[in-house]
Amino acid sequence: MELTDNIRRRSRTNNRFRYLVIAGSVITIIPIFLIVGNLAVKGYRQINLAFFTKPAPDTFQAMMAAVNGEIIPGGIANGLTGSLLMVLLASLLAIPLGLMTGIYIYENESKKYARFIRSLTEILQGVPSIILGIIAYLWIVKNITRGYSALAGSVSLTIMMLPLIIRSTEETMRMIPLSIREAAFALGTPYYKMIYKILIPVSFSGLATGVLLALSRILGETAPLMLTALGSPAISFDITRPVSAVPLLIWDFYNDPNMVNLVWSASLFLMVFVLSMNLLARSVASKHKYI
Amino acid sequence: MSGDRITKGLLFLSSLTILLLSAGIVVSLLGGALQAFREFGLRFIISPAWNPTAGSEEYGAMSFIAGTVITSILALIICIPMAFSTSLFIAEYFRGTRTSGILRSLVDLLAGIPSIVYGFWGFYALRPLLVATGLTDQGFGVFTASLVLAIMIVPYATSLSAEIISMVPAELKEAAYSLGATRREVIFSVVIPSARSGIIASFILALGRALGETMAVTMLIGNANVIPKGLFAPGNTMASVIANQFGEASGLKMSALIAVGLLLFLITALVNYLGKLIIKRFA
Repeated sequence: MELTDNIRRRSRTNNRFRYLVIAGSVITIIPIFLIVGNLAVKGYRQINLAFFTKPAPDTFQAMMAAVNGEIIPGGIANGLTGSLLMVLLASLLAIPLGLMTGIYIYENESKKYARFIRSLTEILQGVPSIILGIIAYLWIVKNITRGYSALAGSVSLTIMMLPLIIRSTEETMRMIPLSIREAAFALGTPYYKMIYKILIPVSFSGLATGVLLALSRILGETAPLMLTALGSPAISFDITRPVSAVPLLIWDFYNDPNMVNLVWSASLFLMVFVLSMNLLARSVASKHKYI
Repeated sequence: MSGDRITKGLLFLSSLTILLLSAGIVVSLLGGALQAFREFGLRFIISPAWNPTAGSEEYGAMSFIAGTVITSILALIICIPMAFSTSLFIAEYFRGTRTSGILRSLVDLLAGIPSIVYGFWGFYALRPLLVATGLTDQGFGVFTASLVLAIMIVPYATSLSAEIISMVPAELKEAAYSLGATRREVIFSVVIPSARSGIIASFILALGRALGETMAVTMLIGNANVIPKGLFAPGNTMASVIANQFGEASGLKMSALIAVGLLLFLITALVNYLGKLIIKRFA
């Protein structure tokens, strides 16, 4: 009797624990449905053509629209162009530099110096983004552009992107079979050709995944841009002047009670954009698993 | 052969930029913080005073260090049961099934949502719920910020924990099953002990993320420059005070904010280093 009681008790706790794990997992993913649902329901109304083609409205226009129960005129065009400008500039700097550094670390793994650079990259990856904002402020805003500027914003985003790309490049290179490299060397391929014609093309999808994930990280970044790009009500492509960005616009709208409806839409847009980029990166990665 | 040398030189040069960048970051933070440390000495770290009134300016980082540590630890405590059950779900109970793949992707999606969107959602969706519970009047404060932070760091803790749990050798588990252990017993007496250090490391790295998180916390913590007096009291973290006050700061105040940034940099670097160290030992 005692034995069966014991077994029954153990099997009961076993089942209870199983349900606990399932319940905990369900609770964990509830927020994602709540966030996506909330933003979709409250944000879709403002998303129309003007949302993408018109710059942000001033607070008076927004107030009038809110009072009359209309859709707030204007959109996020100044944020879109600013984000595009800064992300493009950051990519131009960070992608080549990150790829080369990643390849360097992979190729010189046996050297102490390369391992040191790898540790530095790991530390750099953990630096809170707001600190990179301070750095870009001290370097660019204070000394080079003498005022808030798109360039300073790009520099902070570049420093964020670099470690992400270096790490993903190194990890991708690691997955290339040694035999491919050996075959190239056996045919007398020079070192640089081996990199340009073998390493990079073979690992292209892996590298693209890394770049896309890095882009999706910096696209939603707000804190460093507050200290560097500042924001601007007009569409501007001058890298020595302040520009806006989509996350900066969300911050501005958030601080203006008249713009609440626009925040829902801008947040919805930013989230959908970043998440689709994320999913795209993952699908690129899963399609090319063979390397 | 010159192509080879140029390529090798280029690769080396690009690696040098990382060295320069890291050195530059440390030097600039130190240089910027110098004025504050010269003025207040080490008292800057332990003083909770933050008074920007001209003439009687006094700055200390303790309120923000306290705010950062309290919110991050609380977020970690909330995060642990969530990340623990999802990683067991993914790597143990439903290992290799489609359900597990779907759950993993959903949890990964949480990592993709921008911080400012979390902050905004927390402000308009979560805060009213907390106010409705009657525990807090305004809904701002340490607890609200920690709750959102916990959701934000779950994916980081989960993905690493799940990976480590799935690496526990099947032979060990099978040996325990063959002795008649139930699944729960296998988890607690085989899986967790052998994956312990990896699981701990994953939570430390998640903590490292929470420490530096800025926007969501800034929008929810209530922005009061004091040591938080309770779970629902307002406060400020090191990151949020920089985000709030850097724009209008100059002179000594700016130096004090940079000094707060330097301290934040050191704390996160230390926590991340600890996490990585445990992982390297484990592997």
